Amino acid sequence: MIKFDQVSKRYPGSEQILRNVSFSIEPGELVFVAGASGAGKSTLLKLIAATERPTSGTVLIGNQNVSKLRAAALPFLRRKFGLVFQDHKLLYDRNCFENVALPLYINGITGHEAGKRIRAALDKVGLLGKEKAMPITLSGGEQQRLAIARAVVSRPSILIADEPTGNLDEGYAEEIMGIFYAFQQVGVTVIVATHDQHEIANSGARVLRLEQGTLTA
Amino acid sequence: MKHWINQHAQALRLVFGRMRHRLLATLVMWCVMGVTVCLPAILFVIVDNLNRLTGNISTEPQISVFMKLDAEPGSITRLQQWLTQQKDVARVTFISKDAAWKQLQQKTAGAINLDKNPLPDAFQVAPRNHDPAAIEALQSLIQKQPGVELAQMDATWIKRLYAILELSKKALLVLVGLLGFALLAIIGNTIRLQVVTQREEIEVSKLIGATNRFIRRPFLYAGIVYGLGGGIAALLLLAGVIQLFNYSIADIAALYASDFHLGMPEPFVCLAIILIPVALGWLGSYVAVGRSLAKLESSR
Ligand SMILES: Nc1ncnc2c1ncn2[C@@H]1O[C@H](COP(=O)(O)OP(=O)(O)OP(=O)(O)O)[C@@H](O)[C@H]1O
Ligand SMILES: [Mg+2]
Repeated sequence: MIKFDQVSKRYPGSEQILRNVSFSIEPGELVFVAGASGAGKSTLLKLIAATERPTSGTVLIGNQNVSKLRAAALPFLRRKFGLVFQDHKLLYDRNCFENVALPLYINGITGHEAGKRIRAALDKVGLLGKEKAMPITLSGGEQQRLAIARAVVSRPSILIADEPTGNLDEGYAEEIMGIFYAFQQVGVTVIVATHDQHEIANSGARVLRLEQGTLTA
Repeated sequence: MKHWINQHAQALRLVFGRMRHRLLATLVMWCVMGVTVCLPAILFVIVDNLNRLTGNISTEPQISVFMKLDAEPGSITRLQQWLTQQKDVARVTFISKDAAWKQLQQKTAGAINLDKNPLPDAFQVAPRNHDPAAIEALQSLIQKQPGVELAQMDATWIKRLYAILELSKKALLVLVGLLGFALLAIIGNTIRLQVVTQREEIEVSKLIGATNRFIRRPFLYAGIVYGLGGGIAALLLLAGVIQLFNYSIADIAALYASDFHLGMPEPFVCLAIILIPVALGWLGSYVAVGRSLAKLESSR
């Protein structure tokens, strides 16, 4: 379970980005985070993924208070999440296979077992034939799917995607949302930031709506 | 356990992959390190061989004691007794002026024709303690005995050699220290640059749950592999230099009927020549990665 209680966030030198945000997400839920550009969607996701710490308030992941966690324990908390970054953060000096391998290596999974899982993940996003391709040679949509493959390969219990359909045409976007629904079906908690009203309307899922740093719904 | 081995094998695979990718840079690095380690190793071999050489010679030092020409026989026996009583004296040999004269005439086959024996009675004194200072003390003590014309130490050159060797050993230590620092700096800087080029990977890895240990591991291995390659290169260079030296002095040595040649250092020294750069490689990259990671952290 993910629980925010009166969470505020300001970056060093910035104004208040999030103000007194409180909500909770149950295991297995699919939740959208919506809002205009600059509303604080990415910031909210970073707080969930424990890559940023709140300025005030408490963020509980499972039963762990992120602010009170020792620095040495943070990596292990982060491994619960599969992250699709808004800017992908793919590594352009290595091929698709090696990009997807990274989370597994971090978890100490290598060799045959890793190879099996990597191909399964690439297959799930329809990139099985592109194992050896370099990310730079992929189309925008393919890169996005590669980022998703990397996020799901270590079978995280929580999947966090920051505008995963941002620059895709409708057909691709639906395809990718299909992937996320499939993960929710098998019990994964899925949190997706988007500004695509159409997408949200179609799904009927719960929405956390941000407006200039405050939660309005 | 399997998990642990996997992680280390993975890091090593990564390191070898990167090194193969930058093969030329890696080879240059090994050469630079090899030369750096080889310099003090050569000096060590020279000092070591000279030390062994003087170890053979230093059983030799002697004090030649020449009596006054007009010394009476009584003072000669008294001195001989006194000498044999000295704790610092290992052996005393008396060479009478007649014996010396006869020997000289035999050697020169009568070419020297004098009507009177010009040689004095003499003693050959072998000191027990080969330390130059002790020999010198004994020599000045003998010099003060009645009837003694001259007590001559025929080991002054050993004293000089000792001094030079002592100096070389100190110089060797200083050199090892300085070059050790140089190695640390070379490896540290190389690893620092690698951290910079690997920056994106490090950042992504941290975001998705990599521990500092995981991030540090391949760089530490890189440092160790650089050190290992450098150490092996140094050993090969050293063997080459020794071969070349022995080859070029073979003629000269033969001329002096000497079989002097440089030998490779003992196995444990060879091991040290490899292991010291390995340790320095590890240390250099540990420091460099620590500092670079801290910098990345604070620049976020
Ligand atoms: N590291 C940072 N340091 C300072 N300010 C930041 C930082 N990251 C984000 N901000 C600021 O926080 C605000 C919210 O950013 P955020 O990325 O959360 O918005 P967003 O809702 O994801 O927008 P978008 O839809 O464009 O991705 C922005 O005004 C941004 O300038
Ligand atoms: Mg954003």
